[in-house]
Amino acid sequence: MIPSNLTIARAHQGLIKKEFSAVELCQAFLDKIKKEDKKIGAFLTLNENQALLEARKIDDLISQKREIPILAGIPLAIKDNILVKDLRATAGSRILENYIAPYSATVIKKLKSQGAIILGKTNLDEFAMGSSGENSGFFKTKNPRDLSRVPGGSSSGSAAAVTADFCCAALGSDTGGSIRLPASFCGIVGLKPTYGAVSRYGLIAMASSLDQIGPLSKTVEDSEILFGAISGKDPQDSTSLDPKIFKPPKEKKPEAFKIGLPKEYFIGGLKKEIKEILDFTIKKLKDFGLKIEEISLPHTEYALPTYYIIVPSEVSANLARYDGIKYGRSKVKEKIKNLIEVYFKTRQQYLGEEPRRRILLGSFALSSGYYEAYYLRAQKVRTLIGKDFERAFKKVDLILTPTSPTPAFKIGEKQDPLAMYLSDIFLVAVNLAGLPAISLPVSKEGLPIGVQFIAPPFLESRLFKIGKILEKI
Amino acid sequence: MISREEVRHIANLARIKLTPKEERKFQKELASILDYVEKLKKLDVSKIEPTTHAVWVENVLRKDQSFPADPKVREKMVEMAPDQEQGWIKTKAIL
Repeated sequence: MIPSNLTIARAHQGLIKKEFSAVELCQAFLDKIKKEDKKIGAFLTLNENQALLEARKIDDLISQKREIPILAGIPLAIKDNILVKDLRATAGSRILENYIAPYSATVIKKLKSQGAIILGKTNLDEFAMGSSGENSGFFKTKNPRDLSRVPGGSSSGSAAAVTADFCCAALGSDTGGSIRLPASFCGIVGLKPTYGAVSRYGLIAMASSLDQIGPLSKTVEDSEILFGAISGKDPQDSTSLDPKIFKPPKEKKPEAFKIGLPKEYFIGGLKKEIKEILDFTIKKLKDFGLKIEEISLPHTEYALPTYYIIVPSEVSANLARYDGIKYGRSKVKEKIKNLIEVYFKTRQQYLGEEPRRRILLGSFALSSGYYEAYYLRAQKVRTLIGKDFERAFKKVDLILTPTSPTPAFKIGEKQDPLAMYLSDIFLVAVNLAGLPAISLPVSKEGLPIGVQFIAPPFLESRLFKIGKILEKI
Repeated sequence: MISREEVRHIANLARIKLTPKEERKFQKELASILDYVEKLKKLDVSKIEPTTHAVWVENVLRKDQSFPADPKVREKMVEMAPDQEQGWIKTKAIL
């Protein structure tokens, strides 16, 4: 019998102590997925045969009494915008419905080099555009904690898979909250690493200056394990960085961390349940002896409008590649005379509403006559937002905010695109500034709610330290 | 306020065909989003440098060498094209 809710750390112990084999572990998750995923909709593709084959190899190593890495034989789920060689990669879009990845993303190569098992690919808002998981081109994922509610997006399937105990942990991607928001809505841990900490090679691009891959997990320890496994400079991604180029500050004991509360995040009042959970967290941290002080991030109100110029602009460029010629669904074989008509008809039929909305918005913001008023101005405001954080981190070691303005909302509740965008109001500034941030589950009862900690660049270690403290107290 | 004409123009630039109903819907939604981002115009950014990437490196260079790709990967990449012939990707005539 395989224990339920296995973390990476606990499953590793189980494997090396031979409480269960890697094949048994893998099979148990696959059985559970087949039995229960119909009502949740976390997975788009299962990797059953290959997963069991690879688990068998790990069992061989264990039976030969070989030492195995911590991720060996650990079943993981992967967001379907990350390429795994020979597996379908749809990015949640009909236009890539039939696309088989010819190579693996760098993060996948790194996980596989440790012997991690890929159970399957998880559902997402189309091309990672969405905050609820409702924008998938295939089906909506539901929140395992309450099936009438959304799991949060865009890493909806990965968050649901971890929460429903379909895997030990999962990878997602975060452009403006797509790891942290579903982590908050589902009550798990979600890490958005520093921009450049993790290679984006093999991640289907949405907004390249903001996208980062990161872990969704049951514990902070697992988040740290996965981050350690996937991070590092990669020659295939020229924006990835060696963290050593930053001289790490002399780290204090976590008990001496000073935590900043940005006053602008509380203007206009928070929902009662969010305020309660935040006050509760602040009190616990104070009781533990941590110092909390008010700080100011004066350009906070400009973060979301800046984000919704920069993202669509990058989207309109990145999604130009879906033209029906190189890959994916296409009208090229139909009786159409002109090449341009192939583009028009392919994109009309196979791109969903939100990608088309963002492509149009981006094309507008970049078009002649509007470029300076929108795109260039947004890039300048982005500089101001980054400087806010730089100043704040001269005073404090970490910044604490709510992750989301509400708990998980009902499926179908948010029809207006702008209302949906506002779900990420506390999250997008972090991506614009390239900083690492973690969402930690804090509510013990009722609908899950998360709090977010933000750290200076390449100090994910601080997020793990504060996270472990919060898990204990 | 973005006009129907402008929506049609950018849809054409973005190679997306819209039905008249979609034109109306996107016009309304884009107008509401553009109205929301108007807020950025309140700031004086005349002396601010733009940020393109939140990374702190520039000019990542390597030797100008080619690396042979795995022919199987190449094959699979071409196979992914919707229309192909003898290892080439096919498209409509452009002339």
